[in-house]
Amino acid sequence: MTEPIKRPKRKNPVLRTRLPTLPPGTRARVTLGLTEAAARGIFALQVCRDCGTVQYPPREACHNCLSDRLVWTPQDGRGELISETRIRHALELYFRERTPWRLGVVKLDVGPIVVVQVHGDIPPAPTRVRVQACLDKSDQAALFALPEKDTPHMAEDRQLREMTCDPKFRKVLVTDGKTQIGQAVVRALAEAGADLIWVGYAEPWKKFAGFDELEKIPQVTLVPLDLTDARSVKELSGEIGAKVDILINTAELHRAYGIGARYGTDVAKAEMEINYFGLLRLAQEFGPVMRSRGADGLNSAVAWVNLLSIFALSNYPQQGTFSASKAAAQSLAQCLRAEMRASGVRVINVYPGPVDDEWNQLILPPKLAPSALANAIVKALKDGVEDVYPGDVAQDWLARWRDNPKALERELAG
Amino acid sequence: MTGRASYDGVVLAAPVTIPYVRYSIRGAHWFLSRALAGSLKRAGLKKEQIDGLCVSSFTLAPDSAVGLTQHLGLTVRWLDHIPMGGAAGVVAVRRAARAVQCGDADIVACIAGDTNQVDSFRLMNANFSQFARDAVYPLGSGGPNASFAFLTDYYMRTFGARREDFGKLCVAQRDNALKFPYALFKKKLTLDEYMDARPISDPIHLFDCVMPCAGAEGFLVMKRERAEDLGLPYASILGAIERHNAFPADPVQFRGGWAMDCGDLYAQAGIAPADVDFIETYDDYPVINVMQIEDLGFCKKGEGPDFVRRHSFTVDGTFPFNTSGGQLSVGQAGAAGGSLGMVEAIRQLTRENLAGAVPDAEIGLVSGFGMINYDRGLCTGAVILKAGRA
Repeated sequence: MTEPIKRPKRKNPVLRTRLPTLPPGTRARVTLGLTEAAARGIFALQVCRDCGTVQYPPREACHNCLSDRLVWTPQDGRGELISETRIRHALELYFRERTPWRLGVVKLDVGPIVVVQVHGDIPPAPTRVRVQACLDKSDQAALFALPEKDTPHMAEDRQLREMTCDPKFRKVLVTDGKTQIGQAVVRALAEAGADLIWVGYAEPWKKFAGFDELEKIPQVTLVPLDLTDARSVKELSGEIGAKVDILINTAELHRAYGIGARYGTDVAKAEMEINYFGLLRLAQEFGPVMRSRGADGLNSAVAWVNLLSIFALSNYPQQGTFSASKAAAQSLAQCLRAEMRASGVRVINVYPGPVDDEWNQLILPPKLAPSALANAIVKALKDGVEDVYPGDVAQDWLARWRDNPKALERELAG
Repeated sequence: MTGRASYDGVVLAAPVTIPYVRYSIRGAHWFLSRALAGSLKRAGLKKEQIDGLCVSSFTLAPDSAVGLTQHLGLTVRWLDHIPMGGAAGVVAVRRAARAVQCGDADIVACIAGDTNQVDSFRLMNANFSQFARDAVYPLGSGGPNASFAFLTDYYMRTFGARREDFGKLCVAQRDNALKFPYALFKKKLTLDEYMDARPISDPIHLFDCVMPCAGAEGFLVMKRERAEDLGLPYASILGAIERHNAFPADPVQFRGGWAMDCGDLYAQAGIAPADVDFIETYDDYPVINVMQIEDLGFCKKGEGPDFVRRHSFTVDGTFPFNTSGGQLSVGQAGAAGGSLGMVEAIRQLTRENLAGAVPDAEIGLVSGFGMINYDRGLCTGAVILKAGRA
C-alpha cells in the first residue's frame, strides 16, 4: 500500500537545489494524438473506422486492414498486467535520479499490448489493472496502470506524483482573493491539504467581502498584490517567489460590453491591463524562479494555473472585449507553457463557461458556481491535466468549437 | 518439401574478428574497414576483386553501405545494407549466397561492425525505432534491459525457469570465452557471482546483460570453386531461414520466428537437430538463448529449463554452445553482434579456431535475433553450415 507522504521539512537554503531534468519528449506527430487527449484527461487510442481494430502504438495505418481511416476514441483502459520489471539502471538522467522505476506490459481488453508505468499498489503480474494516459514532466502522454480499484493514498504513489500537481503539502499563491472565485479556490486548496496559501489583494488598506472568513483559514496569509503595478508584482516575487510551488492566477477584470455598447477604449484597456498584462507581469517575475525549482524535492514547483474563459476560444459579442482579453491571455499562456516546459512545471489553462456572478447577470443558466469552478481547478491539479473546461456550458461550447468553429461563431453571435 | 532452391555451390570463407574494445574514439568506418581488409588479407585478394558488399552497422550514420563504397574505394556491382542488428549476419548470408549463386556477384564481402563512444549506447536507444522512441523509452529509459526483463519475467513464470538455469548458460559461455583471446571478459564467472550480482531491471541482473563495445566481424561469400582455387577452407550452406514479426498475437514474446520455419530449415538441410555438432545463438540475454534452443527443435517449448539442466554447453562438453563466449562474455559490438556467431562458426568448421575447438565439428547451426522495435524482437533467422575443405 502507498505510504502517505509526510509534510516535508523546511528547506535548508545552503544546500544545492536539484535542477530539473525531463523524460524524453520526442514523439512522432501521429503519436501526439495520445497527448492531445491526455491533456484533457482522456485515454484515447486509434480505432479503425473500417474494421474496428483498436491499436497501439499509434500508427499511420491500421495494422489489421491497412485502412488510414483511424479515429482517436476514448477507452476505459481495463486490462491485465502480464509482465513487469523494476528498472534499477536507467539511461536518461531523469530516470537515473528516480530508480527503481516500475514498468509493465498490459494486455488491454480491447486488444492492444501497451507498455505502461505501474502503480506501486498493483500486486505482482498477472493481475487486473486500469490504464490511463497521464502527462509526464515533458507534457507528453505516458501510459500509467492504476490498481483495479482505488487504494488508500494512491495519489501519493512516487511515480504517479511525478505526473500530477497535487496541492497536498504544497505552497500556493492565489493572486486575487477578493472575488468569489478566488475565495472558493482558497477554500478548495485548504481542503486539499495545501501547506500554505498566499492570497493576494490589490488594495490592502481596505477589507473586502469575505476577508474575515479567509483570514480564519489557518494556511492563509493575505499579501498585497496588484497585477496592474509592476513594482507590486516584483516585490511579492522577491518576498515569496522562491517558495511558490503552485501559482493560480484568479485575477480578472470582467465587464459585459461589445464594441458598440461601450464607446471608447478605457474599459477594454482596463481588462487588458489585468487579464493580459497582469499575466505577463506575473510570468516575468514568478516564471524564472519557479522554473529553477521544477525538481526541488517532494514539494517542487509544479504548476501554474491560468483562469481563462471559454470565450477565449471564440468571441462572445455580448462580452466582446472581455473575450478578446482572454484570447490574448490564452495566447500568452501558450508562450508561458513553452518557456516552462524545460522545468517540468505544468501550465494549466482553465476555460470555464459563464460563472454565476454579477457581470453574467443577463446570461441564462446553467451558470457555473464559483465553488464548482474551484473544485475543477483542484481536480485539474490532482489529475495533472493541461486544459480543463469546467461546467456544462463550457463542455457544450468546446464540443461545438471542435466540431465546427465557424458554426460556433455564428451561434455565439445570436 | 521447402520448394526453395538449395544453396549448393556457395561457401563462406575468410572469417575475421577485429578485436573488441570497450570504448573507441574511432568511427564505425574504421572498424568496418579493418574487417574488410582482414578478410581480404586472409583470402589473398585485392579489394578490386570484390564485386559485392554487404554492410550492417548502427553507428555508420549518416552513411550507409553506399557511402562506404566511396569511403573505402570499392567499385561493386551488388550492394546491400542490412538494418537488422542481431539477425543481420544470417540475413547477409542468405542474400549474398543468392547473389553469388545467380551470378550477380562473384565475391561478396559481408562486414558488420560498430564503434562505441561514451554516450553512443544511450543515443542509439533513445532513437532506436519510432515505437520504441514514442511508447517505451520515454516511460523509463531502461533500454533493452527493461524489454528483456518483460520477456524474462513472463518466461520464468510461464515455464518455470529459474535464475540458476540462465546462470548456468552464462557461466558456461564464460568458460568458453576464457579460451577466446578477443573476449573482453577474461575472468572466470561462478554461479554464486552470477546469483549475487546487482539487479539491473528485475529479474535481469548484471551478468544477464551484454556489455556494449566497439568491434567488427567479416567474412566472404563465393562459389566453392573459387574458394578451392584460392586454397581457402570453407563452410557450405545446408539451409537457411528468415522471418520477421512472427506470432504478433502473442501477448509477450515467448517464441520467435524460428518456431514457424524450423521444419523448413532442417528439411532444406536434410539433417535433424541431433546431427548438429554445435550451435551459436544470438545471446544478448540468456532467456533468448533458451527460446532459440526450443524453437530450433532441440527440445519442446517449455522444456528449455530442463534441457539446460541436462547439458554442459562448454566447447568440450555436451551441446557445445556459443563457443567463443558469445556476446555475454565477448561483448556486444553493435551490429557486429549479429555476425559474431557466424564468424565463430566458420572458424570452427574451417579449423581456423581462435577459441576452443569443438571436437570433430562438421555441422554448426547459427541463429540470429534482432530489433526490439516495441515490445519484442522482430527479426529471426538461422543457417546450418557444414565443414568443407579445399
